[in-house]
Amino acid sequence: MSTEALRRPSVSSLVWRQFGYQNKVFWRTPIAAFFTIVFPLMLLVLFTAIFGNDEIEGLGITTAQYFTPGLAVFAAVSATYTNLAIGTAIARDNGILKRIRGTPIPPWAYIAGRVASSVYLAFLAMALMMAAGVVFYGVQIIARTLPAALLTFVVGVSCFAALGMLVAAISPNGDATPAITNATLLPVAFISNIFFPIENPPRWMEIAGDFFPLKAFAEAFRDAFDPTLTGPQFHWPQIGYLALWGVVAGLLAIRFFRWEPSSGSTSRHRRRDESQLESV
Amino acid sequence: MAAIEVTGLRKSYGDVVAVDGVDITVETGEVFALLGPNGAGKTTTVEILEGHRSADGGSIGVLGFDPSTGGRAYRERIGIVLQEGAVERELSVREALSIYGGMYPRRLDADHLIDLVGLTEKADARIKTLSGGQQRRLELALGLVGDPDLLFLDEPTTGFDPSARRQAWGILENLADLGKTILLTTHYMDEAQHLADRIAIIDGGKIVAEGTPETLGGRADGKSMIRFALPEGVSFEDLPITASTVDGDMVEVSAESATRALHELTTWAIDKDVELEQLQVARPSLEDVYLELTDEH
Ligand SMILES: Nc1ncnc2c1ncn2[C@@H]1O[C@H](COP(=O)(O)OP(=O)(O)OP(=O)(O)O)[C@@H](O)[C@H]1O
Ligand SMILES: [Mg+2]
Repeated sequence: MSTEALRRPSVSSLVWRQFGYQNKVFWRTPIAAFFTIVFPLMLLVLFTAIFGNDEIEGLGITTAQYFTPGLAVFAAVSATYTNLAIGTAIARDNGILKRIRGTPIPPWAYIAGRVASSVYLAFLAMALMMAAGVVFYGVQIIARTLPAALLTFVVGVSCFAALGMLVAAISPNGDATPAITNATLLPVAFISNIFFPIENPPRWMEIAGDFFPLKAFAEAFRDAFDPTLTGPQFHWPQIGYLALWGVVAGLLAIRFFRWEPSSGSTSRHRRRDESQLESV
Repeated sequence: MAAIEVTGLRKSYGDVVAVDGVDITVETGEVFALLGPNGAGKTTTVEILEGHRSADGGSIGVLGFDPSTGGRAYRERIGIVLQEGAVERELSVREALSIYGGMYPRRLDADHLIDLVGLTEKADARIKTLSGGQQRRLELALGLVGDPDLLFLDEPTTGFDPSARRQAWGILENLADLGKTILLTTHYMDEAQHLADRIAIIDGGKIVAEGTPETLGGRADGKSMIRFALPEGVSFEDLPITASTVDGDMVEVSAESATRALHELTTWAIDKDVELEQLQVARPSLEDVYLELTDEH
């Protein structure tokens, strides 16, 4: 039998290949691509249609200028948090993670490929959202604050990727995972002013909003696209808070991660679109 | 050094003792079959050796590694065919073999493997469109993709049609000829008999018999069975030697020396001028031994 090559593949090449083929799997799962890329764009169209694109009273910026960065954050969080959690839990149910553990790829290299793919898709979703805002709704991009926007984004998506892996780690199976991600992300998105700014929210709502990392992410990112503000707009407290959440979530994910399906899991060979549709 | 050396292997799941003091030695280049009924502990044993599960006790050496700490270097030298394996359903057969092959320093060419397991027509088909048997064939190809020195196969041909099974046997025989070591589990007597150099029968987490296909369970020195239909008008007591009845008119004689017993029987029959219908002489089959040892009458 013919054998190719005799060199152990480098870890970076293994991560790179995993990255490439996780992307491939993503684009071949239409339901995931729809909810990550298309759905947030639909929200932008919807919001500007409902609220108009005039200046928001008291904020001095247009509706689109306010919503676009927030929805970009929402799309990025779908790409990392939701996708990683669901994709990884289903891969475990199907025995794919177990197979991976039987091969020579270092486990963390496999996880790195998965995470890198979700972060890349988050960038893509964010870039598409911002481009749509600029082209169709006159959203302004400010060169002076771009470094702050990028840093906030990198820290933010890393934080939510870690949270996604944490949900994957503790979720009982692939069927329960979409329910967990939706039941956590959607309410938090509301109290984090992603969908619309809530005027005079009750105190508890404000406290809850401040506690979860999404609001810090959205505020810091949004302010980097606010033409009424001056200065470089690095929101260090928010960036630090996101990093803290990310590190804690990452450590917990490592602690609780499982490669084998939980025994008695009935969802073997389930398709992702089936299980995601049921709970959306 | 033996490829696999296991002594006193134990594993429990809560109250269930799955593996209860198993000893296995498999020499390099040997094909070893673990044969046993459902729940016997085959998968548990094999998955401990693969490094998928941890043992509760016993000493384990595989290719000189402890599977639980062998890591990358160990996994580069083994191939695994899981009882319930799956791959990303969205990939094609060729893509899957190329991505998994890319993890090994030594790898077999994807197209060559695809031909080998008979998936040529499905090379570019998405895995989700494959039939159950075709997915098992892909599973076999994935076990081989890293050109392993030692191959673990957990029920490799369950779900194969008869010709696919023959084909898989051919592949495994080829690998054995190349000097690969193979540990396989199976429910099929004929599979173990056909492929294995040595067979161990496992039941209730214990090895109950071990040997070559010819000698297992004392088959080589065991008694022969002579069977025939009780001739009409002859009663059971008239027979010249001790016999027992098996369903209806069939009579069975268990003999140390088949030649002697046959001579006695046929002489008697000719004297009496009766015919011994359906006369047959058989050595206990592997199946007989298996059923007796695992109490599955
Ligand atoms: N993950 C697990 N959790 C609890 N019990 C288990 C687990 N895996 C196996 N068992 C139990 O251990 C025993 C041995 O199971 P194992 O899967 O090793 O048998 P097997 O010989 O491979 O059977 P089969 O021929 O059905 O594949 C069974 O009683 C089974 O119920
Ligand atoms: Mg089994």
